[in-house]
Amino acid sequence: MNNVIRVGMADINFAASPSTIRTSGLGSCVGVVIYDEKLNIGGMAHIMLPDSSMSRGGIVQRAKYADTAVTDLVSYFHSKCKEGETVRLKAKIAGGAQMFQFSTSTELFRIGPRNVEAVKEQLKKRKVILMNEDTGGSSGRTIEFDPATKKLYIRTVNKGEKAI
Amino acid sequence: MSMSRRIAPFHLDVLKEAGNIGAGHAATALSSLLAKDIDMKVPQVKLEPFHMLGDTLREDMETVAAIYFRIDGEVTGSMFFMLPVKEASSFAQKLTGDSSQKITVSNTTELAVSALSEAGNILAGSYLTALADFTRLNLIPSPPGFAVDMASAILSYALVPLSAAADEALIIETEIIENGRESNRALNGFFFFLPDPGSLGKILQSLGVPEDE
Repeated sequence: MNNVIRVGMADINFAASPSTIRTSGLGSCVGVVIYDEKLNIGGMAHIMLPDSSMSRGGIVQRAKYADTAVTDLVSYFHSKCKEGETVRLKAKIAGGAQMFQFSTSTELFRIGPRNVEAVKEQLKKRKVILMNEDTGGSSGRTIEFDPATKKLYIRTVNKGEKAI
Repeated sequence: MSMSRRIAPFHLDVLKEAGNIGAGHAATALSSLLAKDIDMKVPQVKLEPFHMLGDTLREDMETVAAIYFRIDGEVTGSMFFMLPVKEASSFAQKLTGDSSQKITVSNTTELAVSALSEAGNILAGSYLTALADFTRLNLIPSPPGFAVDMASAILSYALVPLSAAADEALIIETEIIENGRESNRALNGFFFFLPDPGSLGKILQSLGVPEDE
């Protein structure tokens, strides 16, 4: 049966086909999907902030930050690999919108673009190829990844659905 | 430290009571603006981990018109007034007395936005004034921001700035309804107050409730 695996805010999860994986309500958050062309598995994280060094709490919730979430997604795929095998990880990302326009916008309210930048930097650092992105703008997004087709479906309230 | 370890059930009751007073004042203000009988349900106070937040929103709240306020002063936080988008137009029409006013995902008239923002201003203002009187703390709302979008994406906007310090959010949620026949209701909205983690202690303290009891 086709199952939809859900990823909450500041959450990370994995799905193997025929299951798909979805996160809803990405505003300034960024949804990052990492997959391997040969495996029918997709990993997804719903990232809220660019860097875990920003954490002011005790234990770092790793899925919340771009650096730790990308690290965890990548190491999951490395652990799935047989010894000597090479992985060619690919990624698709969406989100990083600026939902409200304020004249007095502080740096924190520009977090969307900063999240996108941080995710890209981490992907580069981990040698993950960014295939497609749908980022920025002022609309919220709901995304769903199909590990079988490697397609990322993106829905916004005013533009309907598209796939990248 | 996690907020749930500091917040006990009776703290939630205190916050609910504070919310009740704020909501009561807001309902009265809105009633006189619309010349209608407006009811507010008893607020719900919830402490929710971020990954659970999408589940708190009702299905018909998927696409909403939202007015957002950032709260500054001795207590900081975020405040939202949200209406299902299909009800936002009729609410704006009632406020302006102009049936050509529209709020939809693709087409929103400027006057409708001002009317809704003003209603939000009145709600937030009377809620905060009541809360300020009650706690003797200073709370100042920012000018309103407006968006038509997914409710969860809009809520997350307020959570991002506080997410570096917390893994969960305290939400004081009040349902606003117009009293009358179900089919005639123009208003069926939600009002959310999300105090920042650092402000909870201040609110509780000002109400004479020790934080760790």
